[in-house]
Amino acid sequence: MAREAYITGVGQSEVGVRLPRHPLLLTVDAVNQALADAGLTLDQIDGVFSFPGKAQGYLAFSPVGTDDLIEVLGIKSKWQMGAMEQPAQLSAIGMAAWAVKEGICRHVICFRTVYEAGGMANPAEYMPLQQKTTSGSSQWTSPFWATSAACWVAQYAARHVHKYGMTREQLAQIAINGSKNALLNPNARAITKEELTLDKYMSARMISTPLCLYDCDRFSDASTVIIVSAGDALDEIKATPVRIAATSGSVDRYSWDQVEWSAAYDAGPDLWKNTDYRPKDVDTVQFYDGFAFLPITWLEGLGFVEKGEGHKFIEGGTRIARDGELPLNTAGGQLGAGRLHGFGFAHEAVTQLRGAAGERQIPGDPKVAVATSGGGPMAAALLLARD
Amino acid sequence: MSSAPPSSPPPRPVPKLDAENRAFWTGGAEGHLNIVHCGDCGQYTHPPRILCRHCQSENVAPKAVAGTGVIDTMTVNHQPWAPGLEVPFVIARVALDGVPGVFLTTNIVNSPVDQVNFGDKVRVTFEQQGDIFYPLFEKAN
Ligand SMILES: [Zn+2]
Repeated sequence: MAREAYITGVGQSEVGVRLPRHPLLLTVDAVNQALADAGLTLDQIDGVFSFPGKAQGYLAFSPVGTDDLIEVLGIKSKWQMGAMEQPAQLSAIGMAAWAVKEGICRHVICFRTVYEAGGMANPAEYMPLQQKTTSGSSQWTSPFWATSAACWVAQYAARHVHKYGMTREQLAQIAINGSKNALLNPNARAITKEELTLDKYMSARMISTPLCLYDCDRFSDASTVIIVSAGDALDEIKATPVRIAATSGSVDRYSWDQVEWSAAYDAGPDLWKNTDYRPKDVDTVQFYDGFAFLPITWLEGLGFVEKGEGHKFIEGGTRIARDGELPLNTAGGQLGAGRLHGFGFAHEAVTQLRGAAGERQIPGDPKVAVATSGGGPMAAALLLARD
Repeated sequence: MSSAPPSSPPPRPVPKLDAENRAFWTGGAEGHLNIVHCGDCGQYTHPPRILCRHCQSENVAPKAVAGTGVIDTMTVNHQPWAPGLEVPFVIARVALDGVPGVFLTTNIVNSPVDQVNFGDKVRVTFEQQGDIFYPLFEKAN
């Protein structure tokens, strides 16, 4: 019988803005929590996977690498991987799944640590030197002050406005839904302090049309850990395991402005190729929302709605609420719970499938969830099942 | 972070010239918008590469294209990403005439932002800064 891969432990450090705690210690906090959750000890870990690896030129973006963890935790690692060149953040978990299915590793730590708020407070140590020059892919955008991904995603979103009639009132539901759910997430207390109203959203300042301030996630400091284990190692686990039922990824050139549709429209259909589950079986979706438009591309790309219909699905917010037909970003997403950069979506999917989400737990004994990451030309998705 | 705004706008980030991108960023000196063209299959490759991304031929060279196009999508940017950057301004993705499948991210200049729309016909206008000729676009009519 082919091996299966399971998520067997999840952990998350304190999530905050300008946390004084060193990002390596935040990472160790999250590791310890995930180990305790799974009932594992460090000597049982034999692999470490991350995205994007340590970012030496911009440590705030990724201050901790797999080498750091292997070193300070004394892990005897058989396989490790920390790289930017993979199809978006959650692909690190997908690759860990392949490693345990292949029998290379038995229990793998996957992690993503961010220190972008703390890094702003300590730019000399964590931020890039002032870049007067540009090279690589950024040379095709930054000379025109399309400096931020906000401007890149805005151009995809603007097309939905122009071509399909998406309104700001519709788009607002992503951030409003996120704020409501974040208020029930203890880990989001430093990020969301009050519910976002439609009035407040509509009067917010624009960043890059149609994206306003509330459509963009906020720098935060945190580490999230996901432990992936082989199916034949579950007798070592004390927590409820969640199966990684399918993975998919897509990169259609790393040139944001040359691709017609974001990679979610390729990775979405692919997720259903290696599973009998279908969109109708999904109890909750945790969609990457670094910018509010991106969940709309995932709704469409994964086939929950037709292309060009995503904004109609979220209108009014009732369908995506915790008691709606497709609860979205139940921990608040990145808009509500901070820029955890992808791994928060897997963490929350597992938490919901275990029925462990406390006040924000969705009803109906959920068994199947989708978690996604990425935007623009890169995308990765996980189908998670408690079966 | 905030300091007194400088009296002149901040310089645009300067592309680091190399074998692949030099003709694109300096072509404006002759008034040319250069896009890499394949002598074998006739298709264009952008971002510029030293081989054709369609047929992998090395028989490629920069070719001056018409320099006109259509706004495929656009955003009005309100965020000053650098100190002193004047906002709002238009960031657009322009589909180049005669260069199928190639888009340029650029700014649409010389029009108020509320006069710029999807589908507008535009033409290149170069802005020189040192050795670099930035291909900006303005409305063609
Ligand atoms: Zn060719």
